[in-house]
Amino acid sequence: MKISFLKIISAFLILFTILIFFLALFVDKRYSTETIVGKQIDNFEIKFLLSNRTFKKNDLSKDQYHLINIWASWCLPCKKEHPTLMNLKKEKNLSLIGINFKDKKLNASGFLKELGNPYDISLIDKNGTSSIMFGVYGVPESILIDKKHNIVLKFIGPLSTKDYKTILKLINEK
Amino acid sequence: MLSSAGNILLTGSILFTFLIIYLSFQNLREKNFKIGKDLVYLSVFQITFIIASFILLTFGFVFSDFSLLAVYQNSHTSKPIFYKIAGVWGNHEGSLLLWINIMVIFSYLFLVFNNKSNKSYSLYTLLVQNILILGFLIFLISSSNPFFKILPVPLEGLGLNPILQDPALVIHPPLLYLGFVGSSIYFSAAMGAILSNIEGKNFASSIKTWVLISWSFQSLGIIFGSIWAYYELGWGGFWFWDPVENASLIPWFCMTALAHSVLVLEKRNYLYNWVLILSLITFISSVTGTFLVRSGILNSVHTFANDPSRGLYILIFLSLMIGFSFVIFIKRRISDKFYVEPLSKETFILSNNWFMMFYLATVFIGTVYPIFTQVLYDTKISVGPPFYNAVIAPVIIPFLIFMALGPKINWIKQKYDGLKSFILILILSCFINFLIFFFFKSYNFISNLIIISSLFLIIHSAKDFILKAKTKLHFNFSSFLSHIGFGFLIFFIILNHNFSKEFDLNIKVGETKKMGNMEIKFNNLKIEERENYNAVIGYFNIFDSEKKYQKRLNPEIRVYENPQTLTFESSIITNLKQDLYLTMSNLDGSEFYNIKFQIKPFMLWIWFAALLTASGGLVRIFIKK
Repeated sequence: MKISFLKIISAFLILFTILIFFLALFVDKRYSTETIVGKQIDNFEIKFLLSNRTFKKNDLSKDQYHLINIWASWCLPCKKEHPTLMNLKKEKNLSLIGINFKDKKLNASGFLKELGNPYDISLIDKNGTSSIMFGVYGVPESILIDKKHNIVLKFIGPLSTKDYKTILKLINEK
Repeated sequence: MLSSAGNILLTGSILFTFLIIYLSFQNLREKNFKIGKDLVYLSVFQITFIIASFILLTFGFVFSDFSLLAVYQNSHTSKPIFYKIAGVWGNHEGSLLLWINIMVIFSYLFLVFNNKSNKSYSLYTLLVQNILILGFLIFLISSSNPFFKILPVPLEGLGLNPILQDPALVIHPPLLYLGFVGSSIYFSAAMGAILSNIEGKNFASSIKTWVLISWSFQSLGIIFGSIWAYYELGWGGFWFWDPVENASLIPWFCMTALAHSVLVLEKRNYLYNWVLILSLITFISSVTGTFLVRSGILNSVHTFANDPSRGLYILIFLSLMIGFSFVIFIKRRISDKFYVEPLSKETFILSNNWFMMFYLATVFIGTVYPIFTQVLYDTKISVGPPFYNAVIAPVIIPFLIFMALGPKINWIKQKYDGLKSFILILILSCFINFLIFFFFKSYNFISNLIIISSLFLIIHSAKDFILKAKTKLHFNFSSFLSHIGFGFLIFFIILNHNFSKEFDLNIKVGETKKMGNMEIKFNNLKIEERENYNAVIGYFNIFDSEKKYQKRLNPEIRVYENPQTLTFESSIITNLKQDLYLTMSNLDGSEFYNIKFQIKPFMLWIWFAALLTASGGLVRIFIKK
C-alpha cells in the first residue's frame, strides 16, 4: 500500500511539472514594462540618497502628481534629459522623485551638485533591485503617478520635449 | 539539388528506422537465438544514410549553398572555413541532425558490440532506441528540416552569430551531444532489460562502457563550454549557474551516479531498480534540458529561436517517453532485496549517489523554480549563484571526504584500519590550509573547510597511489585520476574564488589610473580590418609596483557586419600562477572606455584539474583491467 502511494505521488509530480512546462510555452516571454501602466503602484521601500531612512509608498502625498525618475551619474542620456527635469521642478502640481540606480553615492551627489538637483525626494537603489518593481530595465526611465497613486504613464529613455508637454497637460487637467 | 538529395536521405533514414522497428517486433516472435541478419543490414543502411545527410549538410555550409535556409541563416561566404563547418551545428536544425546522427551511431555500435548478449534484450534495446530515433527524425523533417529550400536563392548568407565563432565552441556541442545524446542508448537498454527480464549483472556489464563514454564526453563538453564562457563572454567567470549550464549539469549528475552504482550492480547484483531508474532519468533529464533550452522558456545564449511549436513537440515527446518508461518500470517491477554493510565499498558508492541526487534536486529546483513562479503567480524571479553556492558549498565537504575514503574500502565488508592515516592526513590538510590562510589571505569558515577536505582528498588519493605502486597490487587508476582531479578542481576553484581581484573603471586614451599597487595605462587605440570584422584594439599597460612586473594587454571590440554585432574580446595573459584578464567596452557618445581588469589566480590549474577528472573515464574505457 505504501509503495503505491509513492507511485501516485511521483506520477502526480511528473504530471504537474509537465503541465507547468506546457503552460510556460505560451507565456509571453517578451519583457514588457508597458503592462504596469494603469495599475496602482505596488508597495515599495527605498532608501534615501543621503540618509539611512527609507521612503515608502504611504509617504507619497495624495494632493500631487509624482514623477519617479530613475537615473545614474554614469548614464549619458540622463544628462540629456536633465534640463527637462529642471523645468518640471517648477511645476507646483508635481513632485519629483529621483531614484539613483546602480551608482556610487559620491558620483551621484557630484552629478547633482554640478548640474543642479531637480528632485524633491532623492532615493538610492544601489543594487538595482528595488527599481525592478517599477518595471525598469534601463536608465533613464520615468513613471508618472496620479493623486490616487495609479501609474499613468511610463517613459523609457530620456524625456523629450514632447514628453514634457504631455506631462504638463496631464498634471494641469482638472 | 542539395536540398532534394538531403530530403531523400532523410526520408530514407525514416524508412529504414520504420523497417528496423517492424523487423525487431517480428524477430522477437521468432524462436531462434540470434538476431536476424536483415536487421544488421538495415542498421548499416540507416547509419550510412544518416551520416551521408550530415556530410551533405556540411558540404552545403562549406560551399555556401544559400538555397538551404539553414545555410542562408547561419553562414556567410566571408567566414573562415573552420567556422563554416562549425556553422553546421551552430543552429537548431543542424544540431538536431547531429543529435540524430549520434543516436543512430550509438544504436549501431550497441548492436554490433552486444551481439553476444541475450537476444530479446538486444532486440528490445534496438526497438526502443529506434522508436526514439524515429521521434526525432519526424521532429526534424516536420518542423526543423535543415534541407529546407528557399527560392529565389539569396546571393549572400546572414552569417553565424560572432560569439559562436570560436574554436572552443566548435567542439563544445559535439562533445556535449556525445554525452547526453549518448545516454539514449542506456535509456533504451534499461527499457530492454525490463522488457526482456535479463539479470541485473548482465545489464550492468553491457551498459558500463556506454555510461563511461557518455560521462567522459559530457564532462569534456561542459569543460569546453566553460572555457569558452570564460574568455568569450567577458565576465571573467567560468561558471554562472545559468539555466543552460544547469541543463548540462543535471544529466552529468545522473551519469556520475550511474557510473558508480553500475559497479555495485555488476559486482554484487544489488541496486538493480536504482540503476534502471538512473539509466532512464539520465536521458529523460537530457531531453528535459533540451526542451527548456530549445523552446525558449529559459532565455539564454543557447536559445536558438523562440518557437512554441517546436517546444510543444519536444514536450509531447518527453511526456510520452516519461509516461511509457514509468508505466513499464512499475508494471514489471524487478524485486530487489539487499543488505549492505555500513563499512563496505557498496555503502561508499551509494553515498556518492546520495550526494549526486542532492545536487541534482538542488540544481533542478533552482532551474525550474522561476518557470513555476512565472506560470503560477506571474512573477519573474531569478535564482542565481547565491542560492547554489549557499546550498551546494557546505555539502561538498563530506562529499570530498567520502570520495577520499571510498576507493580504498573493499567490497562486502571491511574492518576500518586506516584511522591512524585518516587523522594524520586530516592534520596535514589542516596545516596546509593554515599556511595558506596565514601567509596569503584570510577567507570564510566554509572556504576553510572546503579547502581542508579537498586537500584531504588529494593527499589521501596520492597516498593510496604510492602505497599501491609499491605493493604492485591491482590499482584502479581511472578512479584515482578522477578523484584526485576533482580534489584539485575544488581546491583551485575555492582559492580562485577567494583570491580573485576585480577593478572596474572608466578611462580614456592617454590616462593612467592607480588602484592600490596596480597601475593601468591606456596607451593607444587602433582600428584594424580583419577577415570578416573590424577590430577596435585598446593598448593597455598594467604595472604592478609591488611585484615589479609590467604586462601589455590588448582587449578588442569587434564590429561584425554579418550579422551586425559587437563583441567584446577579452585579453588574457595566462601563466601558472594567475590570469590577467582585461575587457573593454565603449561608452556611447563619450571618449571614455569602460574597462574591467581582473586578476584570476590558478585558472590554468582549474582547467587542468577538470580535464584530469574527465580523463579518468576515458582511461577506464581504453585500459582494460
